[in-house]
Amino acid sequence: MHTVLRDKRAIALLLGPALLVYTLVMLVPMLWSLGYTVFTGGVLSGFTFTGFSNFERLFTDPAVGPAVVFTIKYALIVTIGQVIAGYLLALLYHFFLKRASSLVRTLIFFPVVLPTVAVSLLFQKLFEFAPQNGLVNSALNAFGMPSVDWLGNPETAFIVIAMMDIWRAMGFYGVLLYTGLLDIPDDIVEAARLDGAGTWGLIRHVIIPLSLPIVISSAIFSINGTLKVFDSVYALTGGGPGTSTTPLTLYMYRTSFAGGDYGYGATIALLLTIMCLLVTAVIFRASASSTKEA
Amino acid sequence: MTTIDRDVSIVARRDSRNGARRVATFFKRLPLYVVLAVLLVVFVYPLVWLLLGSLKTQDEFLNNPTWALPENWFNFGNYEAAWSSVSGYLLNSVLAVFPSLLIALLIGTAAGFALEIMVFKGRRTMLLLFLVGIMIPGQMILLPLFSVYFQAGLSQSLWPLIITYTASALPLTVFMMATYFRAIPREVFEASTLDGASIIRSFVSIALPMMRNAIFTIALVQFFFLWNDLLIALTFTTDESLRTVQVGLLNFTGQFGVVDYGPTFAAICINVIIILVLYLFLNQRVMRGLAAGAVKG
Repeated sequence: MHTVLRDKRAIALLLGPALLVYTLVMLVPMLWSLGYTVFTGGVLSGFTFTGFSNFERLFTDPAVGPAVVFTIKYALIVTIGQVIAGYLLALLYHFFLKRASSLVRTLIFFPVVLPTVAVSLLFQKLFEFAPQNGLVNSALNAFGMPSVDWLGNPETAFIVIAMMDIWRAMGFYGVLLYTGLLDIPDDIVEAARLDGAGTWGLIRHVIIPLSLPIVISSAIFSINGTLKVFDSVYALTGGGPGTSTTPLTLYMYRTSFAGGDYGYGATIALLLTIMCLLVTAVIFRASASSTKEA
Repeated sequence: MTTIDRDVSIVARRDSRNGARRVATFFKRLPLYVVLAVLLVVFVYPLVWLLLGSLKTQDEFLNNPTWALPENWFNFGNYEAAWSSVSGYLLNSVLAVFPSLLIALLIGTAAGFALEIMVFKGRRTMLLLFLVGIMIPGQMILLPLFSVYFQAGLSQSLWPLIITYTASALPLTVFMMATYFRAIPREVFEASTLDGASIIRSFVSIALPMMRNAIFTIALVQFFFLWNDLLIALTFTTDESLRTVQVGLLNFTGQFGVVDYGPTFAAICINVIIILVLYLFLNQRVMRGLAAGAVKG
């Protein structure tokens, strides 16, 4: 019966084009990029074989440490911020707004689909210090506080980037986690209510444990994106002031295209890829053991 | 007479009790209203401020408080100033995004069909192979692609963008289509082949129409990813005339100087309004699609 579904020519015709494009434009370049790590130079200057010197450089380069630290710090803070803000939104939608939440959900989701560049430029204007105060500094002044040079200091620049990326994505995690809350069976909630649980007790002892799996998958999704942060940093601060807000992605981009060193750029990209895979593996392991305990 | 009076008084008392209860519930719900008001200010006001700014003159920017309303609500001069360059960027974005979207959807849907409906060895491995593409950072493929495009002489065209966009949209498209096809029993396609249709024919005239909704949702999700892309566009558009709307917008401030606010605000606004119009009509589908993409990805 299954013979028509085993037709080799049909399979080749259906799967072939996608597989070909995907292999040529994504898989082959990935391996090729691995090959670059043992060369130095670029497409304009030509490549020279250098063995493992790129890896030696990676461990001695004074710029790599701060970039790794920034990447991890940013990823952790923004991921935690996005998931917690999203979870609070989801609770708000499910328990306090109930059926009326549709409009609020739709409004808060909007920044998710906005171009990062547009959002970054908007935040630049909101937090502007010179030549003119933006909305945030004007509000501070109105309350009698002095203006802050938000994007001119490493610490405040970090705060603005983190706030922007949480602002941008919390509506998304709100909807994602809200659908998770909807999946919790009503009779469990009813039973807890009959046992005398108030809203907060219900949330703490019933809702949070039951929605843990979707919280964990949200966190994995979020950290996979935040480790690769590029657009928002590039458009908002350009990595500055100085190089204080430069993640690995941006350092790799600068090294390769401004510095013309593809070999070393590919080595940094490899480091980034390994970090992404490691973090995902660690979270998977941790969540597997925590669900086993529970 | 008296009965009517009593009735009225009962009604009045009930009203006042209702009113008191209403006041009580209002105070009980006050924290909720405060939270909602804060959310509204934080999410809506920046965008309104942006829109108002796009209608202000340079003079108003420098002399009026930043939260002032524009003096002339029909001052579209900023839009005229911005449009001359933004229109070119928009055209580039359309020319790069739509062809890639179309190709990726067609071959991605076919691949999803093959991986889920057809029977052959190595299907799971193949699906996992496509998954790798979702995990790996884009930085990993940029350098070899740049070399190849440069050596093939494609650098002065939109081809690098079209090719890279098509490939980068494939993993999620294939993966999501495969999950959608999983819900359809294979018997549907076996039955159609009994009626004499080839499997390719069943794909075109049964699977595609059946999946119309799913394909549209994925198209929408991928549209936002590609339209909002910065990394790929930044890497491959070496020529100023090839800039997409995102790359162009980023260099916009440089072109008019940081100090010339109006046109910059208008340019950002144009970029926001295009997405807003799409979102106004399709918001439910967009939200569902993106959430599904995350869960499956």
